[in-house]
Amino acid sequence: MIEVKNLYVELKDFQLQDINLSVEHGEYFIILGPTGAGKTVLLESIAGLYPIKSGGIWLNGKDVTRLVPEKRGISIVYQDHVLFPHLSVKDNIVFGLRLHKWASRDIEATLNKISELLGISHLLHRKPDTLSGGECQKVALARALSIKPKVLLLDEPLSALDPESREGVQRELRQIHNQLKVTTIHVTHDFEEAIALGEHIAVLGEGYVKQTGTPEEIFRQPNSEFVARFAMARNIFPGEVIDTDDRNTVFCTEDSELVVTTDLRGRLHASIRPEDILISPEPLHSSARNSFSGIITNITDKGSTLYITVNLPPDFICLVTRHSFEEMGLDEGQKVYITFKASAIHIF
Amino acid sequence: MNKKLFTTNRMTFTFIILGVIIFLFIIVPLIKMIVGSEPKLLLDTLFEPEFRSAIWLSLYAAFIATMVGFVLGVPLAYLLARFDFPGKNLVEGLIDVPIVLPHTAAGIALLFVFGRNFFAGRAFKLLGIEFVDTTAGIVIAMLFVSIPLLIDSAKEGFKKVDVRLEKVSRTLGASPWQAFFRISLPLAWRSIVAGNIMMWARGISEFGAVIILAYHPMIAPVLVYERFETYGLAYSQPVAVLLILICLIIFLVLRTIVYRGQKK
Repeated sequence: MIEVKNLYVELKDFQLQDINLSVEHGEYFIILGPTGAGKTVLLESIAGLYPIKSGGIWLNGKDVTRLVPEKRGISIVYQDHVLFPHLSVKDNIVFGLRLHKWASRDIEATLNKISELLGISHLLHRKPDTLSGGECQKVALARALSIKPKVLLLDEPLSALDPESREGVQRELRQIHNQLKVTTIHVTHDFEEAIALGEHIAVLGEGYVKQTGTPEEIFRQPNSEFVARFAMARNIFPGEVIDTDDRNTVFCTEDSELVVTTDLRGRLHASIRPEDILISPEPLHSSARNSFSGIITNITDKGSTLYITVNLPPDFICLVTRHSFEEMGLDEGQKVYITFKASAIHIF
Repeated sequence: MNKKLFTTNRMTFTFIILGVIIFLFIIVPLIKMIVGSEPKLLLDTLFEPEFRSAIWLSLYAAFIATMVGFVLGVPLAYLLARFDFPGKNLVEGLIDVPIVLPHTAAGIALLFVFGRNFFAGRAFKLLGIEFVDTTAGIVIAMLFVSIPLLIDSAKEGFKKVDVRLEKVSRTLGASPWQAFFRISLPLAWRSIVAGNIMMWARGISEFGAVIILAYHPMIAPVLVYERFETYGLAYSQPVAVLLILICLIIFLVLRTIVYRGQKK
């Protein structure tokens, strides 16, 4: 278990203040925040790589605030991997084990186990500059895991990857975590990534922890405008993907069924961007597979655009321009139809 | 490159003319001296004990200066690359002063500090090291004028090493020393070696600061000067030619080693 208590850290032009986090043993914990929120610095402070002004870091009940990084057993994976360029993949991975003076037989065994787990056994003799981004990512992860860290810190591990490999790596992160049960703190600016991976999420912004909670708590009950902005931009629903008899793939939420296109199955999340939902006073005949009727419960005016909440249930937030809003003459309490394509729904 | 560029563009044409002039200015004296010398005379000079000891002393003293520079200069270069502190610009500026100082003046300044009338000179004398007319004097003269080259080159090398590489190694269990010797130093190695070669070359070519501190024992440039003063142009030429050829060969070899490593 790792605890961050009243942490105060100074950055170039702002501070992280009053940061309190508590991550249980074996938990996958997400720190969510916009770019430039000081997420990397927070991780470096936890690892002992960045000077702390006040506050403390406690690891398994012991105060490690003044402990040098090499004695903490907290390893870090940076966004751009930061592999040792002069060492082979193998030497990168066993770097920490050699420093800890492991017997060479144990080093071999750990190396084999970890490279098999990550599927990089065939890369061991390559140099880092010959690897693809995804491969570098796995090597960096293997290097961090090799020392059997008490806590694993991941700094935006998915954002340097292309969209195709992201989903795969995300799934892999989850698998590895399920297998090794390493306490993990993962920082990201991506809300869906946070929801998909995090057992608990802390939202970081303007130098403070804005909210901490389970993914559902964060997107169901955002406690501030700041957190809401992360969640509000999307409609996110927990549910289950199943195959229906008529060869459709359907995402079942508590009280509705959405037609989706995905290869994933099981208990997952669905999201749809507000701008991908069409809203109309009359039923719409189109190729879109999802069409529902509901009642407008809320209208938020953002100037040239408006966010309209339509309750089916659940609540869908839709984005319309002021022009079409006025043309349709929408109002609270009115019955409307919402329509969106199956491919507009992202399952994660 | 297309050829048209060279024939039609007047600016390029002018620059080529100017470039050729300065290039010839550099190599014609060298070629003239080498070609104009008699092979037999060169060979005789090569086996002259006075010449051989002078050449050897030049190479040896410059090497010692480079090693001292390595031990004392590389840590400073690392500090300058990694940390900001008040007055850093001033420190960096002062380190480069030996480059612009007239070297005879540098020699005089060193003589004041390492001569018999100052505490540094006296302290070293207690250890049995004197600097006037000794190899040690030659070494500190070479060290003084050439150390900025190593510090600057090593500093640039360290700056190019991502500080997060050191951070990662620390989290994996490396002490600050281990992080330096296993990560920073190997990665900056090429710049450091290049700086060392430059420093060595600069040391061998030093004349002004050396003769103030130590006319004897005689390094090769001093021997060239002495032959010229005493016997004239014809006698100084073979020594100069051989000095140039030996330096040229050594630097070509070292450069090749450094650059071949770079390609990998």
